[in-house]
Amino acid sequence: MDDLIIRDVQQGVMTLTFNRPERLNSFNDAMHLQLAEQLTRAERDAEIRCLVLTGAGRAFCAGQDLNDRNVDPDVGPPDLGLSVERFYNPLVRRLARLEKPVIAAVNGVAAGAGASLALGCDIVIAARSASFVMAFSKLGLVPDSGGTWFLPRLAGRARAMGLALLGDKLSAEQAERWGMIWEVADDAALSDRVQTLSRHLATQPTRGLGLIKQALLAAEQQGLDAQLSLERDYQRLAGRSADYREGVSAFLARRPPQFTGR
Amino acid sequence: MTQLISERQGRVLTLTMNRPQARNALDNAQLERLATALEQASRDERVGAVVVTGAGRGFAAGADLKEMASRDMVATFQDPRPGLWARIDGFPKPLLTAVNGYALGAGFELALLSDMVVAGENARFGLPEIVLGIMPGAGGIQRLLRAVGKGLASRMVLSGDPIDAREAWRVGLVAQLCPPQLTLEYAQQLAQRIAERAPLALQAAKQALRQGQEVGLSQGLSIERQLFTLLAATEDRQEGIRAFLEKRTPQYTGR
Repeated sequence: MDDLIIRDVQQGVMTLTFNRPERLNSFNDAMHLQLAEQLTRAERDAEIRCLVLTGAGRAFCAGQDLNDRNVDPDVGPPDLGLSVERFYNPLVRRLARLEKPVIAAVNGVAAGAGASLALGCDIVIAARSASFVMAFSKLGLVPDSGGTWFLPRLAGRARAMGLALLGDKLSAEQAERWGMIWEVADDAALSDRVQTLSRHLATQPTRGLGLIKQALLAAEQQGLDAQLSLERDYQRLAGRSADYREGVSAFLARRPPQFTGR
Repeated sequence: MTQLISERQGRVLTLTMNRPQARNALDNAQLERLATALEQASRDERVGAVVVTGAGRGFAAGADLKEMASRDMVATFQDPRPGLWARIDGFPKPLLTAVNGYALGAGFELALLSDMVVAGENARFGLPEIVLGIMPGAGGIQRLLRAVGKGLASRMVLSGDPIDAREAWRVGLVAQLCPPQLTLEYAQQLAQRIAERAPLALQAAKQALRQGQEVGLSQGLSIERQLFTLLAATEDRQEGIRAFLEKRTPQYTGR
């Protein structure tokens, strides 16, 4: 079977590369299945402390492959909800719940579900030439893979509406100016930049980072009161981690900490 | 290996179902152990409340399917299970369940029978019996119906689909929701607070809560009043009120 997802694990960082460059790394069922399999490894392997998603060739990911027969409208109206439920929703949920940082290294165009997917990652770094396209509206569809949830939170309602209704291309630089992504890197510098950042994150207190991620996600869904209770619970857990002990003793001894992620 | 671990801390007894390799399935032997442990706890004055939890990844899956399959109609009719469940249900002190992961079938029925459920965010509750061509038979339907109403109860019983912790919390099945790593700890803390209350008042209040599920409102009100009146004769009532007025912690004796 072709490697539609290339896996590379180095120094605590798992990099998953969408690898259908001839189809702008768009999703078919096989690519979904391979990605899901790799995600399971990322979830279970405690040695992996940071996940990077990127694309091979000139695109990051063009979303759903429209040549796929699942989405062909000529054989009767397709059930697009089915592939959303079966593939895209679990993927977005798993990335959100993954208790380690997820970086999107957006090397080129991220369109449709590819754009939602990228914007849903914890830290987004885009190449200067990259772009985000909420292409759904131009096909009569609705942004999926969390698009309608992430967009207003990242860009505010006005820009979310404009982006989703018009479906125009948003440059990486504009996305950065609007505060939708963490940073833009020159094309040639992207992979170095992502490598530096991901390897750094992989040496950090992973358990704590995972809790931070879950706490920020929960904050989108509840009020201050509930969030304060959640912070109490998470702090209680974080205070019991080995990395907290290491962090404090390193700080007091004025030496660099050696975190294990536990 | 001990299949039901019993451990008392302060006035709280924790019973841990410890058959993770069998997903903590509640076979007859395990129900018997639970019933016996609860009967001992009910006689033990040092125990004010009990927490039941599951070791491993889940709370408890359903009954033991092999055991169930071995029983024909006659054997099922003479099954000791209803008697075992009745013994568990007869436990007069506060009974909490601390649920992480799956509480399915008989496991969910045990949670439903308990006075309150403390659940981790990863908990899932369901009655999948229908998928096996059978149906819940240990109170799952009756208690779920009374707890959440017709719509959700019918969906769960007839589809066999489980619900997640957050939905269970929203509909009132779960008393407290927390991160899974803290479930048992928080259940024990809650049980500890409860166990500090006057034992007879707890028992009477639990009885009123239970009877409220059985009878109409006016009868329920009258039961509540009778129990309230009964407590007027207890020493602990005097102690409780006096301690409150004297701004000190009450010393209850269970009399």
